Amino acid sequence: MHVPDGFFDAPTSVVTGVVAAAAVGVSLRKARNELDDRTAPLVGLVAAFVFAAQMLNFPVVSGTSGHLMGGAIAAVLVGPWTGVLCLSTVLLVQGLLFADGGITALGTNVVLMAVTTVVVGWAVFRGLQVVLPKNTAMVPVCASVGAFVSVPVASLVFVALYAVGGGADISIGGLATAMVGVHALIGIGEAAITFLAVGSILAVRPDLVYGARRVLEQRELVIRSSTTEVAA
Amino acid sequence: MGGAHGHLLHFHGHSAVHRAPAHLKVLALLVFMVTVVATPDDWFAAFGAYLLVLVAVIGLSRVPPTYILKRMVVEVPFVLFAVLLPFVARGPRVEVLGLSLSESGLLAAFGLLATATLGVIASLTLAATTEPQALLKGLERLRLPTTLVQIMAFMIRYLSVVTEELRRMHVARVSRGFEARNPRHWPVLAKSFGALFIRSYERGERVHLAMLSRGYTGKMPL
Repeated sequence: MHVPDGFFDAPTSVVTGVVAAAAVGVSLRKARNELDDRTAPLVGLVAAFVFAAQMLNFPVVSGTSGHLMGGAIAAVLVGPWTGVLCLSTVLLVQGLLFADGGITALGTNVVLMAVTTVVVGWAVFRGLQVVLPKNTAMVPVCASVGAFVSVPVASLVFVALYAVGGGADISIGGLATAMVGVHALIGIGEAAITFLAVGSILAVRPDLVYGARRVLEQRELVIRSSTTEVAA
Repeated sequence: MGGAHGHLLHFHGHSAVHRAPAHLKVLALLVFMVTVVATPDDWFAAFGAYLLVLVAVIGLSRVPPTYILKRMVVEVPFVLFAVLLPFVARGPRVEVLGLSLSESGLLAAFGLLATATLGVIASLTLAATTEPQALLKGLERLRLPTTLVQIMAFMIRYLSVVTEELRRMHVARVSRGFEARNPRHWPVLAKSFGALFIRSYERGERVHLAMLSRGYTGKMPL
Protein backbone atom coordinates (compact mmCIF):
# COMPACT_ATOMS: atom_id res chain seq x y z
CA MET A 1 0.00 0.00 0.00
CA HIS A 2 1.84 3.03 -1.24
CA VAL A 3 1.10 6.38 0.38
CA PRO A 4 -0.18 8.81 -2.30
CA ASP A 5 0.42 12.56 -2.56
CA GLY A 6 -1.45 14.68 -0.06
CA PHE A 7 -1.54 12.22 2.82
CA PHE A 8 1.03 14.19 4.76
CA ASP A 9 1.64 17.95 4.73
CA ALA A 10 4.58 19.50 2.89
CA PRO A 11 7.02 19.82 5.87
CA THR A 12 6.56 16.14 6.84
CA SER A 13 7.08 15.09 3.22
CA VAL A 14 10.28 17.14 2.99
CA VAL A 15 11.67 15.75 6.27
CA THR A 16 10.92 12.13 5.34
CA GLY A 17 12.42 12.85 1.91
CA VAL A 18 15.68 14.00 3.52
CA VAL A 19 15.74 10.99 5.87
CA ALA A 20 15.09 8.64 2.95
CA ALA A 21 17.82 10.25 0.81
CA ALA A 22 20.31 9.93 3.68
CA ALA A 23 19.38 6.28 4.26
CA VAL A 24 19.74 5.45 0.56
CA GLY A 25 23.07 7.32 0.41
CA VAL A 26 24.52 5.38 3.35
CA SER A 27 23.19 2.08 1.96
CA LEU A 28 24.76 2.82 -1.44
CA ARG A 29 28.17 3.27 0.15
CA LYS A 30 27.87 0.21 2.43
CA ALA A 31 26.50 -2.01 -0.35
CA ARG A 32 29.35 -0.96 -2.65
CA ASN A 33 31.85 -1.94 0.04
CA GLU A 34 30.21 -5.33 0.21
CA LEU A 35 29.51 -6.03 -3.45
CA ASP A 36 32.05 -3.73 -5.24
CA ASP A 37 31.36 -3.64 -8.98
CA ARG A 38 28.77 -6.39 -8.72
CA THR A 39 26.47 -3.84 -7.05
CA ALA A 40 24.58 -2.59 -10.10
CA PRO A 41 23.68 -5.91 -11.78
CA LEU A 42 23.04 -7.82 -8.54
CA VAL A 43 20.99 -5.18 -6.75
CA GLY A 44 19.14 -4.45 -9.99
CA LEU A 45 18.20 -8.10 -10.45
CA VAL A 46 17.21 -8.52 -6.80
CA ALA A 47 15.09 -5.34 -7.08
CA ALA A 48 13.39 -6.79 -10.16
CA PHE A 49 12.82 -9.95 -8.12
CA VAL A 50 11.24 -8.00 -5.23
CA PHE A 51 8.99 -6.21 -7.73
CA ALA A 52 7.93 -9.52 -9.30
CA ALA A 53 7.57 -11.22 -5.90
CA GLN A 54 5.07 -8.55 -4.86
CA MET A 55 2.93 -9.76 -7.78
CA LEU A 56 2.82 -13.31 -6.38
CA ASN A 57 -0.51 -13.48 -4.57
CA PHE A 58 -1.02 -15.75 -1.59
CA PRO A 59 -4.71 -16.69 -1.21
CA VAL A 60 -6.12 -16.26 2.30
CA VAL A 61 -9.85 -17.07 2.42
CA SER A 62 -12.47 -17.10 -0.34
CA GLY A 63 -11.17 -14.61 -2.87
CA THR A 64 -9.00 -12.43 -0.65
CA SER A 65 -5.26 -12.65 -1.06
CA GLY A 66 -2.16 -10.82 0.01
CA HIS A 67 1.39 -10.40 -1.11
CA LEU A 68 4.72 -9.99 0.61
CA MET A 69 6.01 -6.50 1.47
CA GLY A 70 9.42 -8.12 1.55
CA GLY A 71 11.48 -5.81 3.79
CA ALA A 72 12.50 -8.40 6.37
CA ILE A 73 13.05 -11.21 3.88
CA ALA A 74 15.18 -8.94 1.67
CA ALA A 75 17.32 -8.05 4.71
CA VAL A 76 17.85 -11.73 5.55
CA LEU A 77 18.53 -12.78 1.95
CA VAL A 78 20.85 -10.02 0.74
CA GLY A 79 21.78 -8.11 3.89
CA PRO A 80 20.35 -4.90 5.36
CA TRP A 81 22.22 -2.35 3.20
CA THR A 82 21.50 -4.08 -0.07
CA GLY A 83 17.95 -4.70 1.17
CA VAL A 84 17.28 -0.98 1.77
CA LEU A 85 18.73 -0.25 -1.66
CA CYS A 86 16.57 -2.88 -3.42
CA LEU A 87 13.31 -1.82 -1.82
CA SER A 88 14.06 1.89 -2.34
CA THR A 89 14.77 1.24 -6.03
CA VAL A 90 11.51 -0.69 -6.32
CA LEU A 91 9.60 2.22 -4.77
CA LEU A 92 11.39 4.75 -7.00
CA VAL A 93 10.56 2.81 -10.16
CA GLN A 94 6.98 2.22 -9.02
CA GLY A 95 6.55 5.92 -8.30
CA LEU A 96 8.11 7.21 -11.54
CA LEU A 97 7.10 4.55 -14.09
CA PHE A 98 3.95 3.01 -12.59
CA ALA A 99 2.38 6.02 -10.83
CA ASP A 100 2.16 3.88 -7.68
CA GLY A 101 2.84 6.11 -4.69
CA GLY A 102 3.01 9.90 -4.99
CA ILE A 103 6.27 11.63 -5.90
CA THR A 104 6.04 13.93 -2.85
CA ALA A 105 5.29 10.84 -0.74
CA LEU A 106 8.31 8.96 -2.12
CA GLY A 107 10.40 9.81 0.95
CA THR A 108 7.59 8.68 3.25
CA ASN A 109 7.18 5.42 1.32
CA VAL A 110 10.92 4.75 1.43
CA VAL A 111 11.06 5.47 5.18
CA LEU A 112 8.06 3.22 5.89
CA MET A 113 8.50 0.33 3.46
CA ALA A 114 12.21 0.24 2.74
CA VAL A 115 14.00 1.60 5.80
CA THR A 116 11.67 0.67 8.70
CA THR A 117 10.81 -2.86 7.58
CA VAL A 118 14.40 -3.73 6.65
CA VAL A 119 15.97 -2.22 9.77
CA VAL A 120 13.40 -3.68 12.18
CA GLY A 121 13.36 -7.04 10.41
CA TRP A 122 17.16 -7.23 10.45
CA ALA A 123 17.50 -6.06 14.07
CA VAL A 124 15.01 -8.64 15.33
CA PHE A 125 16.61 -11.33 13.16
CA ARG A 126 20.12 -10.62 14.44
CA GLY A 127 18.93 -10.27 18.02
CA LEU A 128 17.28 -13.67 17.93
CA GLN A 129 20.21 -15.23 16.14
CA VAL A 130 22.48 -14.24 19.01
CA VAL A 131 20.13 -15.76 21.59
CA LEU A 132 18.91 -18.90 19.83
CA PRO A 133 21.00 -21.98 19.00
CA LYS A 134 23.27 -21.41 16.03
CA ASN A 135 22.15 -23.84 13.38
CA THR A 136 20.62 -23.44 9.95
CA ALA A 137 17.21 -24.65 11.10
CA MET A 138 16.87 -21.52 13.24
CA VAL A 139 17.47 -19.08 10.36
CA PRO A 140 13.92 -19.25 8.92
CA VAL A 141 12.49 -19.00 12.46
CA CYS A 142 14.44 -15.81 13.23
CA ALA A 143 13.57 -14.40 9.79
CA SER A 144 9.86 -15.01 10.26
CA VAL A 145 9.79 -13.35 13.69
CA GLY A 146 11.63 -10.38 12.15
CA ALA A 147 9.05 -10.24 9.38
CA PHE A 148 6.17 -10.45 11.86
CA VAL A 149 7.49 -7.57 13.98
CA SER A 150 8.51 -5.37 11.04
CA VAL A 151 4.99 -4.94 9.63
CA PRO A 152 3.15 -3.54 12.72
CA VAL A 153 6.20 -1.38 13.56
CA ALA A 154 6.04 0.16 10.07
CA SER A 155 2.33 0.85 10.64
CA LEU A 156 3.20 2.51 13.98
CA VAL A 157 5.73 4.76 12.21
CA PHE A 158 2.94 5.63 9.77
CA VAL A 159 0.67 6.59 12.70
CA ALA A 160 3.47 8.66 14.26
CA LEU A 161 3.94 10.51 10.96
CA TYR A 162 0.18 11.01 10.72
CA ALA A 163 0.14 12.49 14.24
CA VAL A 164 2.79 15.02 13.14
CA GLY A 165 1.77 15.84 9.60
CA GLY A 166 -1.57 14.20 8.84
CA GLY A 167 -4.45 16.12 7.31
CA ALA A 168 -7.45 15.31 9.48
CA ASP A 169 -8.11 15.75 13.18
CA ILE A 170 -8.75 12.13 14.11
CA SER A 171 -8.11 10.22 17.31
CA ILE A 172 -4.48 9.08 17.03
CA GLY A 173 -5.04 6.37 19.64
CA GLY A 174 -7.92 4.96 17.58
CA LEU A 175 -5.87 5.11 14.38
CA ALA A 176 -2.96 3.38 16.10
CA THR A 177 -5.19 0.58 17.42
CA ALA A 178 -6.80 0.02 14.03
CA MET A 179 -3.54 0.16 12.09
CA VAL A 180 -1.55 -2.07 14.45
CA GLY A 181 -4.46 -4.53 14.66
CA VAL A 182 -4.77 -4.89 10.90
CA HIS A 183 -1.03 -4.97 10.37
CA ALA A 184 -0.47 -7.59 13.06
CA LEU A 185 -2.73 -9.85 10.96
CA ILE A 186 -0.80 -8.93 7.80
CA GLY A 187 2.39 -9.59 9.77
CA ILE A 188 1.29 -13.16 10.50
CA GLY A 189 0.97 -13.79 6.77
CA GLU A 190 4.29 -12.07 6.11
CA ALA A 191 5.92 -14.23 8.82
CA ALA A 192 4.49 -17.48 7.42
CA ILE A 193 5.58 -16.74 3.86
CA THR A 194 9.02 -15.55 5.00
CA PHE A 195 9.48 -18.74 7.04
CA LEU A 196 8.56 -20.99 4.11
CA ALA A 197 10.51 -19.01 1.50
CA VAL A 198 13.74 -18.67 3.51
CA GLY A 199 13.49 -22.37 4.34
CA SER A 200 13.16 -23.32 0.69
CA ILE A 201 16.15 -21.17 -0.34
CA LEU A 202 18.28 -22.53 2.52
CA ALA A 203 17.54 -26.06 1.36
CA VAL A 204 18.86 -25.35 -2.16
CA ARG A 205 21.47 -22.59 -1.94
CA PRO A 206 22.29 -21.85 1.72
CA ASP A 207 25.32 -19.84 0.56
CA LEU A 208 23.02 -17.22 -1.00
CA VAL A 209 21.29 -16.41 2.30
CA TYR A 210 23.19 -13.47 3.79
CA GLY A 211 21.71 -14.01 7.25
CA ALA A 212 22.92 -17.62 7.32
CA ARG A 213 26.58 -16.82 6.62
CA ARG A 214 27.72 -16.78 10.24
CA VAL A 215 25.91 -20.04 10.89
CA LEU A 216 27.45 -21.68 7.81
CA GLU A 217 30.94 -20.54 8.80
CA GLN A 218 30.60 -22.37 12.09
CA ARG A 219 29.39 -25.52 10.44
CA GLU A 220 32.05 -28.20 10.35
CA LEU A 221 32.55 -30.54 7.48
CA VAL A 222 31.43 -33.98 8.58
CA ILE A 223 32.89 -36.85 6.62
CA ARG A 224 30.67 -39.88 6.80
CA SER A 225 31.82 -43.28 5.68
CA SER A 226 29.35 -46.00 4.87
CA THR A 227 28.95 -48.30 7.85
CA THR A 228 27.95 -51.34 5.88
CA GLU A 229 30.89 -52.41 3.75
CA VAL A 230 29.94 -53.51 0.31
CA ALA A 231 31.10 -57.03 -0.26
CA ALA A 232 33.80 -57.15 -2.86
CA MET B 1 -0.71 -3.21 -4.43
CA GLY B 2 1.48 -4.92 -6.96
CA GLY B 3 -1.25 -6.68 -8.88
CA ALA B 4 -1.71 -4.14 -11.63
CA HIS B 5 1.92 -3.96 -12.69
CA GLY B 6 2.12 -6.01 -15.82
CA HIS B 7 4.07 -3.87 -18.21
CA LEU B 8 5.42 -0.37 -18.38
CA LEU B 9 2.97 2.48 -18.83
CA HIS B 10 4.68 4.21 -21.74
CA PHE B 11 2.30 5.37 -24.49
CA HIS B 12 4.16 5.81 -27.76
CA GLY B 13 3.91 9.29 -29.29
CA HIS B 14 5.81 12.25 -30.72
CA SER B 15 4.12 15.24 -29.06
CA ALA B 16 5.91 18.18 -27.44
CA VAL B 17 5.36 16.53 -24.05
CA HIS B 18 6.94 13.29 -25.29
CA ARG B 19 9.93 15.16 -26.72
CA ALA B 20 10.55 17.40 -23.67
CA PRO B 21 13.77 16.47 -21.80
CA ALA B 22 13.03 13.93 -19.07
CA HIS B 23 14.88 15.77 -16.32
CA LEU B 24 12.69 18.84 -16.90
CA LYS B 25 9.56 16.68 -16.77
CA VAL B 26 10.61 15.07 -13.47
CA LEU B 27 11.43 18.50 -12.02
CA ALA B 28 8.11 19.90 -13.29
CA LEU B 29 6.23 16.99 -11.69
CA LEU B 30 8.05 17.54 -8.39
CA VAL B 31 7.48 21.31 -8.31
CA PHE B 32 3.85 20.88 -9.37
CA MET B 33 3.09 18.27 -6.71
CA VAL B 34 4.89 20.13 -3.92
CA THR B 35 2.76 23.17 -4.81
CA VAL B 36 -0.39 21.05 -4.75
CA VAL B 37 0.50 19.45 -1.40
CA ALA B 38 1.30 22.85 0.12
CA THR B 39 -2.07 24.30 -0.99
CA PRO B 40 -4.55 24.62 1.93
CA ASP B 41 -7.47 22.19 1.65
CA ASP B 42 -10.10 24.96 1.37
CA TRP B 43 -8.66 26.75 -1.69
CA PHE B 44 -11.13 24.98 -3.94
CA ALA B 45 -10.45 27.20 -6.98
CA ALA B 46 -6.73 26.41 -6.87
CA PHE B 47 -7.41 22.67 -7.16
CA GLY B 48 -9.64 23.37 -10.17
CA ALA B 49 -6.80 25.36 -11.76
CA TYR B 50 -4.32 22.51 -11.12
CA LEU B 51 -6.69 20.07 -12.80
CA LEU B 52 -6.97 22.39 -15.82
CA VAL B 53 -3.17 22.51 -16.10
CA LEU B 54 -3.01 18.70 -16.12
CA VAL B 55 -5.85 18.41 -18.65
CA ALA B 56 -4.00 20.90 -20.91
CA VAL B 57 -0.75 18.90 -20.65
CA ILE B 58 -2.53 15.60 -21.38
CA GLY B 59 -4.30 17.25 -24.35
CA LEU B 60 -0.94 18.44 -25.67
CA SER B 61 0.59 14.96 -25.23
CA ARG B 62 -2.21 13.32 -27.30
CA VAL B 63 -2.38 10.45 -24.80
CA PRO B 64 -6.05 9.33 -24.82
CA PRO B 65 -7.71 10.42 -21.53
CA THR B 66 -9.19 6.91 -21.16
CA TYR B 67 -5.62 5.53 -21.07
CA ILE B 68 -4.97 7.66 -17.98
CA LEU B 69 -8.40 7.09 -16.40
CA LYS B 70 -8.18 3.29 -16.63
CA ARG B 71 -4.89 3.29 -14.76
CA MET B 72 -6.10 5.42 -11.87
CA VAL B 73 -7.19 2.30 -9.93
CA VAL B 74 -3.92 2.40 -7.92
CA GLU B 75 -5.61 5.14 -5.91
CA VAL B 76 -8.58 3.04 -4.73
CA PRO B 77 -7.36 1.94 -1.25
CA PHE B 78 -6.79 5.53 -0.22
CA VAL B 79 -10.16 6.64 -1.56
CA LEU B 80 -11.64 4.24 0.99
CA PHE B 81 -9.57 5.88 3.75
CA ALA B 82 -10.73 9.33 2.60
CA VAL B 83 -14.38 8.20 2.63
CA LEU B 84 -13.97 7.07 6.25
CA LEU B 85 -12.41 10.36 7.42
CA PRO B 86 -15.63 12.44 7.80
CA PHE B 87 -17.06 9.71 10.06
CA VAL B 88 -14.11 9.32 12.39
CA ALA B 89 -12.66 12.85 12.57
CA ARG B 90 -13.41 14.99 15.61
CA GLY B 91 -14.63 18.61 15.92
CA PRO B 92 -17.93 20.32 15.01
CA ARG B 93 -20.31 18.16 13.00
CA VAL B 94 -22.71 18.91 10.16
CA GLU B 95 -25.74 17.04 8.89
CA VAL B 96 -25.37 15.77 5.32
CA LEU B 97 -28.22 13.63 3.95
CA GLY B 98 -29.15 12.63 7.52
CA LEU B 99 -25.61 11.59 8.42
CA SER B 100 -23.66 13.41 11.11
CA LEU B 101 -20.26 14.17 9.61
CA SER B 102 -17.26 16.04 10.94
CA GLU B 103 -16.59 19.37 9.21
CA SER B 104 -12.82 19.10 9.48
CA GLY B 105 -13.01 15.47 8.37
CA LEU B 106 -14.97 16.44 5.25
CA LEU B 107 -12.42 19.11 4.38
CA ALA B 108 -9.48 16.77 5.01
CA ALA B 109 -11.14 14.06 2.91
CA PHE B 110 -11.59 16.55 0.08
CA GLY B 111 -7.98 17.69 0.36
CA LEU B 112 -6.68 14.13 0.38
CA LEU B 113 -8.84 13.02 -2.55
CA ALA B 114 -8.04 16.11 -4.63
CA THR B 115 -4.27 15.95 -3.99
CA ALA B 116 -3.98 12.18 -4.43
CA THR B 117 -6.01 12.29 -7.66
CA LEU B 118 -3.91 15.14 -9.06
CA GLY B 119 -0.78 13.23 -8.03
CA VAL B 120 -1.87 10.03 -9.75
CA ILE B 121 -2.88 11.88 -12.96
CA ALA B 122 0.41 13.84 -13.01
CA SER B 123 2.55 10.72 -12.37
CA LEU B 124 0.64 8.76 -15.00
CA THR B 125 1.23 11.56 -17.50
CA LEU B 126 4.97 11.43 -16.81
CA ALA B 127 5.02 7.63 -17.06
CA ALA B 128 2.96 7.63 -20.27
CA THR B 129 5.09 10.21 -22.06
CA THR B 130 8.60 9.23 -20.93
CA GLU B 131 10.50 6.16 -22.07
CA PRO B 132 12.39 4.37 -19.28
CA GLN B 133 15.75 5.01 -20.97
CA ALA B 134 15.02 8.74 -21.26
CA LEU B 135 13.91 8.82 -17.64
CA LEU B 136 17.19 7.21 -16.54
CA LYS B 137 19.21 9.77 -18.50
CA GLY B 138 17.09 12.51 -16.94
CA LEU B 139 17.71 11.19 -13.43
CA GLU B 140 21.44 11.11 -14.17
CA ARG B 141 21.29 14.75 -15.26
CA LEU B 142 19.50 15.52 -12.00
CA ARG B 143 22.66 14.23 -10.26
CA LEU B 144 21.15 11.10 -8.80
CA PRO B 145 24.11 8.88 -7.74
CA THR B 146 25.40 6.93 -10.77
CA THR B 147 25.20 3.61 -8.94
CA LEU B 148 21.54 4.19 -8.12
CA VAL B 149 20.76 5.03 -11.75
CA GLN B 150 22.62 1.89 -12.87
CA ILE B 151 20.66 -0.23 -10.40
CA MET B 152 17.42 1.26 -11.74
CA ALA B 153 18.59 0.59 -15.31
CA PHE B 154 19.23 -3.08 -14.54
CA MET B 155 15.97 -3.42 -12.67
CA ILE B 156 13.97 -1.95 -15.56
CA ARG B 157 15.93 -3.96 -18.11
CA TYR B 158 15.26 -7.28 -16.36
CA LEU B 159 11.77 -6.52 -15.02
CA SER B 160 9.99 -8.26 -17.86
CA VAL B 161 12.48 -11.16 -17.81
CA VAL B 162 11.84 -11.82 -14.12
CA THR B 163 8.06 -11.34 -14.30
CA GLU B 164 7.98 -13.66 -17.33
CA GLU B 165 9.91 -16.21 -15.29
CA LEU B 166 7.27 -15.90 -12.57
CA ARG B 167 4.52 -16.35 -15.17
CA ARG B 168 6.21 -19.48 -16.56
CA MET B 169 6.34 -20.94 -13.05
CA HIS B 170 2.63 -20.18 -12.74
CA VAL B 171 1.95 -22.01 -16.02
CA ALA B 172 4.08 -24.92 -14.82
CA ARG B 173 2.14 -25.16 -11.56
CA VAL B 174 -1.24 -24.94 -13.27
CA SER B 175 -0.29 -27.52 -15.89
CA ARG B 176 0.45 -29.93 -13.04
CA GLY B 177 -3.03 -29.42 -11.64
CA PHE B 178 -2.09 -26.98 -8.88
CA GLU B 179 -4.44 -24.20 -7.92
CA ALA B 180 -3.75 -22.03 -4.88
CA ARG B 181 -6.95 -21.57 -2.91
CA ASN B 182 -6.01 -21.22 0.76
CA PRO B 183 -3.02 -20.99 3.13
CA ARG B 184 -2.49 -24.76 2.91
CA HIS B 185 -1.07 -24.12 -0.57
CA TRP B 186 1.44 -21.54 0.62
CA PRO B 187 4.44 -23.93 0.82
CA VAL B 188 4.25 -24.50 -2.94
CA LEU B 189 4.01 -20.77 -3.65
CA ALA B 190 6.85 -20.06 -1.22
CA LYS B 191 9.04 -22.58 -3.11
CA SER B 192 8.28 -20.71 -6.33
CA PHE B 193 9.27 -17.53 -4.52
CA GLY B 194 12.54 -19.15 -3.42
CA ALA B 195 13.28 -20.50 -6.88
CA LEU B 196 12.61 -17.07 -8.38
CA PHE B 197 15.07 -15.49 -5.92
CA ILE B 198 17.78 -18.02 -6.72
CA ARG B 199 17.28 -17.63 -10.47
CA SER B 200 17.31 -13.82 -10.23
CA TYR B 201 20.43 -13.77 -8.07
CA GLU B 202 22.27 -16.22 -10.30
CA ARG B 203 21.22 -14.22 -13.35
CA GLY B 204 22.69 -11.15 -11.66
CA GLU B 205 25.99 -12.98 -11.22
CA ARG B 206 26.01 -14.13 -14.85
CA VAL B 207 25.19 -10.62 -16.07
CA HIS B 208 28.10 -9.28 -14.03
CA LEU B 209 30.50 -11.83 -15.51
CA ALA B 210 29.23 -11.07 -19.02
CA MET B 211 29.82 -7.36 -18.38
CA LEU B 212 33.36 -8.00 -17.13
CA SER B 213 34.17 -10.07 -20.19
CA ARG B 214 33.03 -7.14 -22.35
CA GLY B 215 35.34 -4.70 -20.59
CA TYR B 216 33.11 -3.24 -17.84
CA THR B 217 35.06 -0.82 -15.68
CA GLY B 218 32.34 0.53 -13.43
CA LYS B 219 30.70 2.99 -15.81
CA MET B 220 27.71 2.20 -17.96
CA PRO B 221 26.79 3.65 -21.32
CA LEU B 222 23.09 4.44 -20.80
